Amino acid sequence: MKAQKNRTKNEFLYFAWRNKKLRIGIFILLFFILLAIVGPYLTPYDPWAYVGPPASGPSQKFWFGTTMFGQDVFSQFVHGLRPVFLVGAFGGGLATLIGTVIGFIAGYRGGWIDEILNTLTNVVLVIPTLALLLILAAYLGVRSFFIQAVFIGCTAWPWTARAVRAQTMSLKAREFVDLARISGMRATKIILTEIAPNMLSYLVMVFILQFGGAILNAATLDFIGLGPTRGISLGLMMQIALLWGALPLGMWWWFIPPGLTIALLVGALYITNVGLDEVFNPKLRGI
Amino acid sequence: MWRYLGRKFTIYVLTFFLAVTIDWVIPRFMPGNPVQTMLSRAALRAEAVEVMRGYYLKAFGLDVPIWQQYLNFWKAVFRGDLGISVYLFPKPVMKVIAEAIPYTLAILVPAILLSWLAGNKFGAFAARRKWLDSTLLPLGYFLTATPYMWLGILLAWGFGVALGWFPIAGGYSFAMTPHFSWKFVLDLLWHWFLPFASLFLVMFGGWAIGMRNMIIYELEADYAQYLESLGAPRRLIRNYAFHNALLPQITGLALQMGTIAAGAVVTETVFSYPGIGSLIVQAIQNQDYFLIQGCFLFIIIGVLLANFLVDIAYLIVDPRTRRGMLGET
Amino acid sequence: MELLAVENLRVYYQTLRGDVKAVDGVTFSMSPGEIMGLAGESGCGKSTLGRSLVLLKPPMKYVGGKVLLKGTPLPIWDKKTMASFRFSEVSLIPQYALSALNPTRKVKKLLTDILWSKGIKFSQIFPELRRRMELVELPLEVLNMYPFELSGGMKQRMVMVLSTLLNPSLLIADEVTSALDVSTQKAVARMLVEFRDRKFVGAIIVITHDISLLYQIADSIFVMYAGKLMERGSTEDLIQRPKHPYTQLLVASLPRIGARYAQEKLQGIPGCPPSLLEPPQGCRFRTRCPRTWEKCLEEPPLVTTKDGDLTWQVACWLAVDKHA
Repeated sequence: MKAQKNRTKNEFLYFAWRNKKLRIGIFILLFFILLAIVGPYLTPYDPWAYVGPPASGPSQKFWFGTTMFGQDVFSQFVHGLRPVFLVGAFGGGLATLIGTVIGFIAGYRGGWIDEILNTLTNVVLVIPTLALLLILAAYLGVRSFFIQAVFIGCTAWPWTARAVRAQTMSLKAREFVDLARISGMRATKIILTEIAPNMLSYLVMVFILQFGGAILNAATLDFIGLGPTRGISLGLMMQIALLWGALPLGMWWWFIPPGLTIALLVGALYITNVGLDEVFNPKLRGI
Repeated sequence: MWRYLGRKFTIYVLTFFLAVTIDWVIPRFMPGNPVQTMLSRAALRAEAVEVMRGYYLKAFGLDVPIWQQYLNFWKAVFRGDLGISVYLFPKPVMKVIAEAIPYTLAILVPAILLSWLAGNKFGAFAARRKWLDSTLLPLGYFLTATPYMWLGILLAWGFGVALGWFPIAGGYSFAMTPHFSWKFVLDLLWHWFLPFASLFLVMFGGWAIGMRNMIIYELEADYAQYLESLGAPRRLIRNYAFHNALLPQITGLALQMGTIAAGAVVTETVFSYPGIGSLIVQAIQNQDYFLIQGCFLFIIIGVLLANFLVDIAYLIVDPRTRRGMLGET
Repeated sequence: MELLAVENLRVYYQTLRGDVKAVDGVTFSMSPGEIMGLAGESGCGKSTLGRSLVLLKPPMKYVGGKVLLKGTPLPIWDKKTMASFRFSEVSLIPQYALSALNPTRKVKKLLTDILWSKGIKFSQIFPELRRRMELVELPLEVLNMYPFELSGGMKQRMVMVLSTLLNPSLLIADEVTSALDVSTQKAVARMLVEFRDRKFVGAIIVITHDISLLYQIADSIFVMYAGKLMERGSTEDLIQRPKHPYTQLLVASLPRIGARYAQEKLQGIPGCPPSLLEPPQGCRFRTRCPRTWEKCLEEPPLVTTKDGDLTWQVACWLAVDKHA
């Protein structure tokens, strides 16, 4: 039994390493994580300080050029990269957590609890996330990236709940769960020890998708001016660039890096997800 | 079938009810005295302040019991009275929104329908065709991961600023006044193209990828294997797989509606396109709370309607739902 | 003349770890009207053998050997040319018969589409279709229904009728009964015999791990182990007087016909089949064989004896000695 477990683990690593999509995705992610960590130490400039000639293109001194007001774009960029991961991890994590818990309960309990939770899920599912965030952020204000992550997490969970519910229902019908139930195990324990481990690979993939979704949602909010009142983010950079005429002035160095980075990051997350799917589901591996 | 529609309809009614309630509750959670805060935040001309104070007080109806306030709010919603816009004072919110809606629909509806059709066709075509598949996959993932505003900015910069082929702002030229003539219609189309294209492209990537993945699942399905064992031509099998893969893509359309609405908001902002999206951003910048609330309601109504249309489409395409075999909502 | 002759067929399974030698040099033949049971443990290559005769596609790989159907070569390695033989010459009742019909097409539409691809109009074949549906007790309304509106048994019967509609010379029935309850199993088995008797099909290969089913319907049994033929003979002889040690153990593990369970001890075969990535030298059963000796390190020859119409084949050194 133990040897069997070891073999599947090795097999997983074997296929994981052979998977090109997974390698590319993780490489891009690691690159940006590293940049977010060390980036701020690579530049001597404060992201908001007026340190150079306004509106000048990339140069040796200012790698990504300067803004309309002479701020260093590279410095803003690396500082703006950190909240991307923060909001992605927290917001995506919270959404995954809420969705998983609701999905587990609805799927395992069934009956009227399921009926209520399912209706709730479907209602929140059709409410456009942005509209909800819009009214929340407009009235209550968003002071920090953490609050933003909480808002995003609280609105993005429904599809996860739905998917987890369906998976739980199918697992519930399996023999080993029946066995646990007959042996008098408590529901919480069955969910945690019998059902959750069997869905672990799936939950990892859900988290990755939620991570990407949270990044895009945060960028959208920042861009329409509902981002945190303090701090800098990639979405905010794009908003400021557009607001101060980077477009007609052709200051591409100002608006290309933030958007391109988000696209690469989220794209890398999606590709990692597909790669993992292929590793977990032998059917998709092909030959 | 009726059970399916009934369930869906219940969800929509509940959602609408919840949305209106949120619209009523949230402002009352605002820290401090909401009316005072709103008035002080809004950049109002002096003569407007008193009018707005009166209006806010009436709208919030703070002098009556709380349940009465709530009921009054519902009555106002059904009368189409969403208050008065602050930054376009003294235009009613309803009128401001009504003027913006055609522009939003003009870019959104064609972009959704065309990207869905084209993306599905292309994704199905590319699946299991080595060369196309290996180009489509990265491109599709990149497109669908692109923030809507960024693609908009890129297109505006490339085709608007650098090449100068298209205008980068507005719904029509400043020099023109809206009237019906070929010249004006062409001008409208000319301004319409880039925002439309930018929405279209991001969505296209998503649909193409989705279809490509779905069809690979379908081609592995038992019925496809059986057909192949009976010597059915590849074309027939792909046809069946395509048809069956469309079903989850239709559901996906409903699930994506919120994201698409968000995409439209930021795309309009990039191009200063005079639709609901630009309106929202202006409302936020000017702290125009009635307008924000109005836009919120309209987005929700729009998304609910779209969902309903998708449900009908699903019923037409999927016999299992139509014959009531699947009670699942 | 033989209806089907398979000579030294090799079909491997491609995996990332290398080729799994699922069918590794198999030779046999079938006479017209024969129902041959193809038996063995799971993973012995019996499904690969059966399926490769109809649809050989990746990850399956044709390595060598010949297949003759009614004297003409069957191009199983060529997916495209083979398409014209499928359905009309060789056909399949799949293991997954319950999910074999496209869920979103009415049965009639499905039939029309697939017949049309063979250049046959639905109306042309309808009288025959109706007769056969009556034979298996399927009401005609089924044609206007979607697969999800049919019961499991109805789906099974519909697939059987469809697969045999063009009177194929060879029918492969792949684990057709494993998903069914006992009474349906019996009905399906009877239908296979009936189809053969009415000459809807030329011959049938029934793939199963259930030897007691074969005892009821098969004329001959082909026992496969680790990609190789172990023994082939008429059903009666093979079950009453198995020659190969593997067959003996396999038969011994069955409850004796007519005996009560309690009196007989069910006996499994200890050990596991060898890995087919790198199969061992010599006889593949020797690691589990109770009667193994040094000679088994060499590849055992295929001993063929003719007894009137029937051929008996055994791949075992013990059989050689007896005849030597």
